[in-house]
Amino acid sequence: MSKSKIQESKNRKIKVLVSKVGLDGHERGAKVVCNLLKEAGMEVVYLGLYQMPKDVIDAAIDEDADVIGPSFLSGEHLVYTPLIVEEMKKAGLDDVLLVVGGVIPPEDIPTLKKMGVDEVFSAGSLTERIVTYIRNNVRR
Amino acid sequence: MSDINVEEWAQKVRENDRRAAAKLISAIERKEKIARAVLKHIYVPVGKVVVLGVTGSAGAGKSCLVSCLISALRKKGKTVGVIAVDPSSPFTGGAFLGDRLRMQVHGRDKGVYIRSMASRGYLGGLARSTVDAMHVMEAMGHDVVIVETVGTGQDEIDVARLVQTCILILTPTMGDDIQAMKAGIMEVAQIAVLNKADMPGKEKAILDLEVALRMRPVTEDGWAVPVVPTIATTGKGISEVVDRIEEHQAHIRKDDGLKKFAFQKAEKEGSVLIKDEIERVIFDHIRGTGLRRRYLDMIVAGKIDPYTAAEEVMSLFIKKSKNDA
Repeated sequence: MSKSKIQESKNRKIKVLVSKVGLDGHERGAKVVCNLLKEAGMEVVYLGLYQMPKDVIDAAIDEDADVIGPSFLSGEHLVYTPLIVEEMKKAGLDDVLLVVGGVIPPEDIPTLKKMGVDEVFSAGSLTERIVTYIRNNVRR
Repeated sequence: MSDINVEEWAQKVRENDRRAAAKLISAIERKEKIARAVLKHIYVPVGKVVVLGVTGSAGAGKSCLVSCLISALRKKGKTVGVIAVDPSSPFTGGAFLGDRLRMQVHGRDKGVYIRSMASRGYLGGLARSTVDAMHVMEAMGHDVVIVETVGTGQDEIDVARLVQTCILILTPTMGDDIQAMKAGIMEVAQIAVLNKADMPGKEKAILDLEVALRMRPVTEDGWAVPVVPTIATTGKGISEVVDRIEEHQAHIRKDDGLKKFAFQKAEKEGSVLIKDEIERVIFDHIRGTGLRRRYLDMIVAGKIDPYTAAEEVMSLFIKKSKNDA
């Protein structure tokens, strides 16, 4: 898959879809990330709580998101992430970046990446790193 | 979608292909040339589709009410397209689009297409691309298209010229009768909804609204604006809003109401497009000449006033295009 830096401009914005997934009501972190991406000049759609993988992918299609960012706190990341990846494949969203955030134990990060996640930003990630990663890796 | 041709793209949109439609709206937002070509292909003449507008101040309950309207319309077997506009930051250009969240119950319904849109600095309560996105949703074959504006104050009335039925959402905290009597947004709606009608002050607000609305001369088309109390979080009052919408739709569809609407929309949309085109031609002409920068520097240095500067730039353009011709 070719990775290219897109040229952000007044007309070309990076669109990110942030969502909580599963039975996890802790959204403070997701909201903080939404805000920092907005501050970085991106357009952020926030889906809110209790979304299922299919909800996220359907919304990503309608919104034509460049990046999908599910957030997990309560330990469901290994359950839901493969379902998200599967839905993305089914929908043909191979040009969309998948970035997982939240409370993710370090030992799970390689597993998530093997599943098809592009990058993982767990608690304590530097905000600048998140923004820079997205800017440099958006695929289209 | 860069490898696809215009006809194919248009065809996919007409077949209600959500990805093709989504990508077309993005291309419109990016002002890509191909988007305009596709738009020419898919254009649906005014009046075929029911087009509703929902406007009102931030936090009045627009998105919740739109979600209720979607439910009611779906029960009647109608498919619905929604464009929900939220503001862009004037400082960073970023945006937090939080309307879809209120409508997510419809996320999986294939008869509903929701698109969030950042205003990108366009004033008037909409984004520059909103009208074009409305055309996309009409072409997709939706029975009803709903446009939700950014949180509006008093003067953002663009939406009223582009939709057939404009719904203004107010709350019991909207202020007193003086506020209700003001010009602008209070004048352009065909239906006034008093949402959060479980809050204190409901009776007074309804009275203020009704009195203010009755003080006005009846509109030339003979429609009297109803006031409907609702509680969007529970769905209370929504069926009455839908009844009023249907009445207004029937009202404009008799006589030549739709024709009047079509003219009003063409006037608004056409003049914006023509103005954009004039702007583009002029900027294409002076791009790279350093003219703009030279004049800006002169203004900063106090050598010229901005009024004269604008006139001089324009007359240079006219002179140059005459020479070119």
